[in-house]
Amino acid sequence: MSEAETVRRGKGTIFLRIEICKGCSYCIDFCPTHCLEFSREFNRKGYHYPVLARPEDCTGCDLCGLYCPDFAIFGVRFKDLEKLKPPQGPEPLIPTRP
Amino acid sequence: MSATEAPGFKLGVDIDNPVMPYLRRDRIPHIWCPGCGIGTTVNCFARALTESGLNLDEVAIVSGIGCTGRVAGYLNLDSFHTTHGRAIPFATGLKLANPKLKVVVYSGDGDLFAIGGNHFVHAARRNMDIMVVCVNNFTYGMTGGQVAPTTPLGPTQTTMPYGNFENPFNLPFLADACGAVYVARWTVYHVKQLTRAMKEGLNKKGFVFIEALSPCPTLYSRRNRLGDGVDQVKYYKEKSVIKNDANTKDVALGFQSEIIVGKFVDRERPTWLEAMNEHLGRVLGERYTPYGVTHVED
Repeated sequence: MSEAETVRRGKGTIFLRIEICKGCSYCIDFCPTHCLEFSREFNRKGYHYPVLARPEDCTGCDLCGLYCPDFAIFGVRFKDLEKLKPPQGPEPLIPTRP
Repeated sequence: MSATEAPGFKLGVDIDNPVMPYLRRDRIPHIWCPGCGIGTTVNCFARALTESGLNLDEVAIVSGIGCTGRVAGYLNLDSFHTTHGRAIPFATGLKLANPKLKVVVYSGDGDLFAIGGNHFVHAARRNMDIMVVCVNNFTYGMTGGQVAPTTPLGPTQTTMPYGNFENPFNLPFLADACGAVYVARWTVYHVKQLTRAMKEGLNKKGFVFIEALSPCPTLYSRRNRLGDGVDQVKYYKEKSVIKNDANTKDVALGFQSEIIVGKFVDRERPTWLEAMNEHLGRVLGERYTPYGVTHVED
């Protein structure tokens, strides 16, 4: 087994709209795997936003998305992410109101 | 603009927050303070709507005035932002005019229980087919931290500078005593349970009451030196005890005391429309045409 294959990869990741985050730290404190941390940088409103500090621990469970009061962050599993992007999809996949 | 950890996926183009389709995007970011839990309850509500499988064209949301009263303005549903305390009368009218609708009242504790307390009592008594979500933050947030009918004994408020001495309402007990068919209390910490309760409430017929405890970092927490919003949510995590089917008499809240959460009441009673159709059908016989029956068959 080569060294590259032994590197642990997370099962998921987060997406964040930095500019609507208010730095309440709900996602950081209630992340089950504690993989988020405050950024060193500020956003335009002067809040520190979360960053994925330990991407190998993220499971993409979307609990951060459920806690976020500002609808800024959400998590996705890589499994679901790959399904979203079709090999040659011309139209963008913005979810519409079901 | 956005931080993504998955290269190749553009936020807002390839992928978007699952809650975004339920929101009026042009109104985001919202006005709620950093650390306020109202946004979290909205998040839970949007996910409950997805899970309930309801036709969103037949869901209407009614709010009163206050911080929580702004929910109707942020949700991309048919919404009604009503006068102070009168969310339930508007919702009752909406439901009776169009019985096909699923009407949700989403408002705060001051709006529903102080200014509109009388309406709550009577809608629950009649078992009007609406769902009431009360976001309880123990204070009047928008007007500056006055004492509310849900403020527990002890904490300092702007109108109670030496601490509150008024006995607060026990909201689940009030709803239960008035005849609500579904009564649950969860906190902002219990997101999964709150989502499930809202989903059950959306699919239940009759007067559904869900209380969601939420921190008010700017007024309630700061005045009482309880820390930030997230510190209050940690207190909910530490001090809440899940007791489903608990006697609602025993679930009163004290200042920073133990919080009993859970689903307290789940029963069946004929709704106001069902009772009216049944009674008038019996009394008038052939002369009476039942009203809003298509909904009953659904």
